[in-house]
Amino acid sequence: MAESNLTQAPLLQVDNLKKYFPAGKNQILKAVDGVSFSIARGETLGLVGESGCGKTTVGRTILRLYEPDGGTVQFDGEDISHLSGKAWKQMTRRMQMVFQDPYASLNPFFTVGEIIEEGLVIHKLYPNKAERKERVYQLLEMVGLNKEHANRFPHEFSGGQRQRVGIARALALDPDFLICDEAISALDVSIQAQVVNMLMRFQREMNLTYLFITHDLSMVRHIADHTAVMYLGKMVEYGITSELYSHPAHPYTVGLLSAVPVPDPEYCRTHKPAHLQGEVPSPINPKPGCRFCDRCPRATERCRQEEPAFTEVSPGHYAACHNL
Amino acid sequence: MKQPILEIKDLAVSFDTYAGEVQAVRGVSFSLQPGETLAIVGESGCGKSVSMQTIMGLLPSPPSRIKSGEILYQGEDLVKKTDKEMEAYRGKEFSMVFQDSMTSLNPTMRVGRQICEGIIKHQHVSREEAKKIAIEMLRKVGLPNPEKCYRRYPHTMSGGMRQRVMIAMALSCHPKILFADEPTTALDVTMQAQILDLMNDLKNNTGTAIVLVTHDLGVVAQMADRISVMYAGKIVESGTADQIFYNPRHPYTWGLLGSMPSVAQSSKNAKSELMSIPGSPPDLFAPPKGCAFAARCPYAMTACQKVDADTFQADDGHMVRCWLMDSRAPAVTPPVGRHAAGQTGKEEN
Repeated sequence: MAESNLTQAPLLQVDNLKKYFPAGKNQILKAVDGVSFSIARGETLGLVGESGCGKTTVGRTILRLYEPDGGTVQFDGEDISHLSGKAWKQMTRRMQMVFQDPYASLNPFFTVGEIIEEGLVIHKLYPNKAERKERVYQLLEMVGLNKEHANRFPHEFSGGQRQRVGIARALALDPDFLICDEAISALDVSIQAQVVNMLMRFQREMNLTYLFITHDLSMVRHIADHTAVMYLGKMVEYGITSELYSHPAHPYTVGLLSAVPVPDPEYCRTHKPAHLQGEVPSPINPKPGCRFCDRCPRATERCRQEEPAFTEVSPGHYAACHNL
Repeated sequence: MKQPILEIKDLAVSFDTYAGEVQAVRGVSFSLQPGETLAIVGESGCGKSVSMQTIMGLLPSPPSRIKSGEILYQGEDLVKKTDKEMEAYRGKEFSMVFQDSMTSLNPTMRVGRQICEGIIKHQHVSREEAKKIAIEMLRKVGLPNPEKCYRRYPHTMSGGMRQRVMIAMALSCHPKILFADEPTTALDVTMQAQILDLMNDLKNNTGTAIVLVTHDLGVVAQMADRISVMYAGKIVESGTADQIFYNPRHPYTWGLLGSMPSVAQSSKNAKSELMSIPGSPPDLFAPPKGCAFAARCPYAMTACQKVDADTFQADDGHMVRCWLMDSRAPAVTPPVGRHAAGQTGKEEN
């Protein structure tokens, strides 16, 4: 996987992405504060972190649902952060998103058929109405629904089925790149497995590239080639998934991984890890230095003064910490 | 075996709606020993929360209706108690921690006063004394600066802090049973780990029995002594944690265990298909005549469609509701557990 990164230009390259929100009098909420990563074509990057770390904002800023306050996003070699009009519209065809909440992300006044069709209409992909219908049916079948479902409304479906509709909508335009923002978090375990298997099958069949945003660390281990860990708007660690999970370098990653409950009673009886204490501090006007230093067991005076830079721990595995 | 503190016998609960009767719980039996943790596992809509709320006497009737069954708390049948009589039990003998701490705390009251309410009612103490007890409880659950927390409103606290307040409130009158309904589902993993540690510590110090309702098998492995797996209003398998995790016998349990990826999994399993359960749970307006899981079960036989399975004993204390356990059924190798084919060793983390 590491070689493919070198030989092939990445599909998505994010450099020093920033998104700030005003938070009242002279206060700035730095939701994303200088995040860089790249994803090779056909690969999955898992973006993990606790709530409030800015992972969703990263996804939304890439698609410019939020306008970035700094940094660049290159998609297939082209800087898309300043595109507008026709060029941007063409680009949106290639980048789609599956949202977290299958209840809030589907328009309740549209039938499922209309929801899936909307993108096709906007991009005038199938001017012939019958062909367009055919494409909608094909998409429904792809995600495991059938064509009778096209005339129903979202409220008639269960959470898992709605998420399938959301995926069908995202795939309608034949995108290259899909952002899955907590796409499976609202589903039951057995349904989660169905949807994840489906997403992985589509990736193989259509050579899709995924940015998989989630707080579910075990699912990321299962599906992601590379994993990036975020804390308070900063990326703290990045690496090949298996390497990052087996040899986490940053103390935050270590704490995060040890907190994931392991479904094995014997393992739980013998392993009693010390868990991270405290909570994620407010991202409004953060203090200088490492953002994790207040909760970090290894923090030193240097961590409070100086912000750590990304350093290579082992080939392809980076972490931002002074005490590696 | 000791005398169980709580015994549920064949409990059935229905909701009468305009669309008809929803049979949410269809004959659930379990017992709870003093000081143990029982986990009830299942997907949304399987009736696990309804069972808990029925035991607590929290479901309004109508629309809910207890169709049959007994809830024996220290030998007394709670089904026959009136609402007024139940008040003496709730909060004192057993109490509950809910999933959503934002909606289950009163937003217009400072948290201190909410905790004091139960203490004053059940322990018959003055407000000043109740305040002392409340602050002590806030300290016990690990909230920094408990005096200050006492004066805060719920919305000024984070989800983890509110969940700690709920636990403080639930344990303030030293209940014998704590019902925890998805207590950590809304929290981040690091906060979840802290809350689970806290619950385990408090259990070990006070001897409170815990009934933990959750869908997260990782949480279950960490907390539970015994596990009951629920599906479509019935318990399909129950046993000790080791029996359920290492020697599961019901196809639904296999599906649940197989459908979750593990952080400690070996890397060669990565990128493989997860085992998933096809389809979705049955409609409880009209539950199927046979086994409710038959429609999704890869091992279903003709008998499964027609007659609901009996309960078989697989091992000491390990009960399974499945026809595969019958002597006439074909032998099936479980795809998960210790006896599974191709099971790899655990990776040290």
